[in-house]
Amino acid sequence: MRKSSPGSVRRAFQPWNDPAAKPLVEFRGVTRRFGAVTAVGDLSLSLYPREFFALLGPSGCGKTTLMRMLAGFERPDAGEILLDGVDITAVPPHLRPVNMMFQSYALFPHLNVADNVAYGLKREGLPRVEIARRVEEMLALVKLEGLGRRRPDQLSGGQRQRVALARALAKKPKLLLLDEPMAALDRKLREATQFELMDLQSELGMTFMVVTHDQDEAMTMADRMAVMDHGKLVQIGPPDVIYEAPANRHVAEFVGDINLFEGRVAAIEGDLVKVETSFAGTIELDEEAPALGVGEPVLVGLRPEKIDLGHDEPIGVANKVAGEIWDIGYLGDFTMIQVMIGGEDGQLLKVALANRTRRIARPFAWEDKVWLSWDIEAGLVLRP
Amino acid sequence: MAVSVATSARRLVVAVPYLWLLLFFLAPFVIVLRMALSDAATALPPYAPHFEGLSTIGSFLSQLDLENFSLITDDPLYWQSYLYSLRIAALTTLIALGIGYPLAYAMAAASRRWQGLLLVLVILPFWTSFLIRVYAWIGILRPEGLLDMVLGGLGLAGEPLRLLNTETAVLIGMVYSYLPFMVLPLFTTLEKLDRSLLEAAADLGSTPLTAFLTVTLPLSLPGILAGCALVFIPAVGEFVIPDLLGGPDTVMIGKVLWNEFFSNRDWPLASAVAIVLLIVLVLPLVLLQRARLARGGAA
Amino acid sequence: MRRLGPGLVLVLVAGFAFLYLPILALIAYSFNASRLVTVWGGFSTHWYGALMANQPLLDAAWLSVRLGLVSATFATVLGTLAALALVRHGRFVGRTLFSGMVLAPLVMPEVVTGLSLLLLFVAVDAERGFWTVTIAHATFSLGFACIVVQSRLAGFDRSLEEAAQDLGATPLVTFATVTLPLIWPAVAAAWMLAFTLSLDDLVIASFTTGPGATTLPMRLYSAVKLGVSPEINAACTIMIGAVALAVIAASLLLKREQVAGS
Repeated sequence: MRKSSPGSVRRAFQPWNDPAAKPLVEFRGVTRRFGAVTAVGDLSLSLYPREFFALLGPSGCGKTTLMRMLAGFERPDAGEILLDGVDITAVPPHLRPVNMMFQSYALFPHLNVADNVAYGLKREGLPRVEIARRVEEMLALVKLEGLGRRRPDQLSGGQRQRVALARALAKKPKLLLLDEPMAALDRKLREATQFELMDLQSELGMTFMVVTHDQDEAMTMADRMAVMDHGKLVQIGPPDVIYEAPANRHVAEFVGDINLFEGRVAAIEGDLVKVETSFAGTIELDEEAPALGVGEPVLVGLRPEKIDLGHDEPIGVANKVAGEIWDIGYLGDFTMIQVMIGGEDGQLLKVALANRTRRIARPFAWEDKVWLSWDIEAGLVLRP
Repeated sequence: MAVSVATSARRLVVAVPYLWLLLFFLAPFVIVLRMALSDAATALPPYAPHFEGLSTIGSFLSQLDLENFSLITDDPLYWQSYLYSLRIAALTTLIALGIGYPLAYAMAAASRRWQGLLLVLVILPFWTSFLIRVYAWIGILRPEGLLDMVLGGLGLAGEPLRLLNTETAVLIGMVYSYLPFMVLPLFTTLEKLDRSLLEAAADLGSTPLTAFLTVTLPLSLPGILAGCALVFIPAVGEFVIPDLLGGPDTVMIGKVLWNEFFSNRDWPLASAVAIVLLIVLVLPLVLLQRARLARGGAA
Repeated sequence: MRRLGPGLVLVLVAGFAFLYLPILALIAYSFNASRLVTVWGGFSTHWYGALMANQPLLDAAWLSVRLGLVSATFATVLGTLAALALVRHGRFVGRTLFSGMVLAPLVMPEVVTGLSLLLLFVAVDAERGFWTVTIAHATFSLGFACIVVQSRLAGFDRSLEEAAQDLGATPLVTFATVTLPLIWPAVAAAWMLAFTLSLDDLVIASFTTGPGATTLPMRLYSAVKLGVSPEINAACTIMIGAVALAVIAASLLLKREQVAGS
């Protein structure tokens, strides 16, 4: 068991670690180019049944193209896409057992809510009674009973999102795609909806794939997430692994806040790595079976919430450095403090302090001389 | 199966209008070009074509007959009427801009409720027949017409104005008919104008006049250009208005073409006039488009 | 609510007086009992009666209406297809030529359009009459119809069509159940525009028509050439009334749809 990913055993559900598990969706070497731009490059990925998968990346990283290829709106230039073991690369969108919730919701403005939800069912040629029953069922599922005769423009943003969800779920797809599902909702509603969506997913036992640029959204909802950049998957894994053991500098910086120290490996003693840095002295960290050589240039990453702050020099800690407070940002639930280490031309570090008590007069002030310290298990080594 | 139906449907979407236009737009155009290079003949159809079919392009080129075009350039009637058409069209555009800009500005300044009604009122005359609108002015401008009556009644004019069949009458009719084309694009750009820009200008020390000159006017330039193009282009080739309101000395090129065709029955010459008219019209359009592209590229 | 300054109100009043007084005068004199424009001989509907007896004029009107109905329908179908091709088809062979041909009639002088089409009809030895004028009108109003539909399509949210396909609709079903219902107001507006253009056209019809197919504008034109007469005023008034009714009906329909929609 990897020490650096303490949360990865938390859930029993992890078919991606089971070699016998059959994936629901498989991308095999998929490439999609737009002119000279490669939106998705030679990408392979497997999604498993009942998985809640999040695709995270900045805008333009290719995540939307990847989703649209799954829905059938884009054709790969190379590679193949399999659904339930069947090659669907050339299957047009209307014949795929995959449904999508659009970012704009794409509710038909000329149809009322019930007709919107019934649209896909009518295409299947189901009997009228059956359609009516399913529409009722779906509206109840998303708690919109009695609003069937409303027009989309008579609904609130949250209600519209629910209609879009009900419409996409009505056909009981093997896979539901959600394109930035929360982008149009305000913050409070977003949080509530995230949990509702998770409940719904486990209740229905469906596979969900969410595309988002919002890391909180991805980390809250997903069993597994993939970080995408420039058409490539940089890292795939459960949210805690992505956060605590990012594969490279890009992931470390994209997901959450991180302080990075440039340095060189000074010594390796078993699992203990010592890195010589210019501003923070020698940093000691615990790294299981480090594939590193002495003298190799590396980056040490340190998340702001893993640093302790005090006025007095701490005793008996592995890592400590002195500095001066440059800036204090009060954010309510925690305070983000910027500390300059190594003098005027040194390095600014971010330190997050949880505000555990209601105290207006805070213990730290601008220009305070302070000590920073952290555990040997707080930092991580990254290749530059 | 469904896919192949869809694909052929997609092809039809392009193919049907494409074929229609090739047949009824491009082909006639080629025929006009060919006709312009033919000799007039008395037989019906009144022309003797210089070439038949595309296989004889070589022989066609060797005996190209530019006689009609040289006639156009030699006879002052033609180039004078071209220049005159451009002059009338330019004057019409300027006057329409002078009347249309304040009108559009006032409409844009009106409250939302009124804007809808005013907009309909500007568009409404467009839906009534062109002929009716011109005819209405005949009744007003002719000797002892409404204008003379009103002015006489007010004791302002002793003798009839004799406006009908003059250049003034043509200009009035043109401005009247084309004013909505000027007002509509101006209104659209002025109405879209963000009011907070004017507030910002005032906040930074502009008087209303300088705010208008430095903010509103430059930002409404696209509307001005569009309106001017919409008025100028059809005005150049206009036939009905100079024919009904103008006199013997208001000879616009559209009327020359009409006369060559219907009265003199010289189809080749009429075709040559049409070709030159198109060149006169298309050149400024291409230049305008170039200018616009250049601006867009710089921005 | 903003209040306009007196200057702007004056501008509005003067501008709309300029636009409407001539038409109002024309309507007023259609009810003049006297034949002379200078003399108000009292109210009369005499000229409307005379109009109803003017068989050639009535025939021309009926011809123009039929012409408008048929050519507007052709123009709308072709214009809608052209708009779909331009907005939806991306690149295809000869796209530049195509868009040029669609839009050229908008800037082409009517005399040139009329002449070129006549030369075509003569070249293929087509019998000139109703159908040649119909083709000519459909061709020149196609571009206008295309622009109207195109602007609606350009503002159209493509994800609506993708949603329909995602829910199992074939491209054709998508067009019928989503695209067409949503662009319908533009298609209707395009038809009305094409109908009006056809009804209004004098020049192109004069070139492309043949014996026995004289349109209303052609009749009016030759009457106007002969001079002002209250009978023409009466004919014009009826046409203006018809247009006003159509516009009012259309705006009421539109308002009802908006009310239902909001």
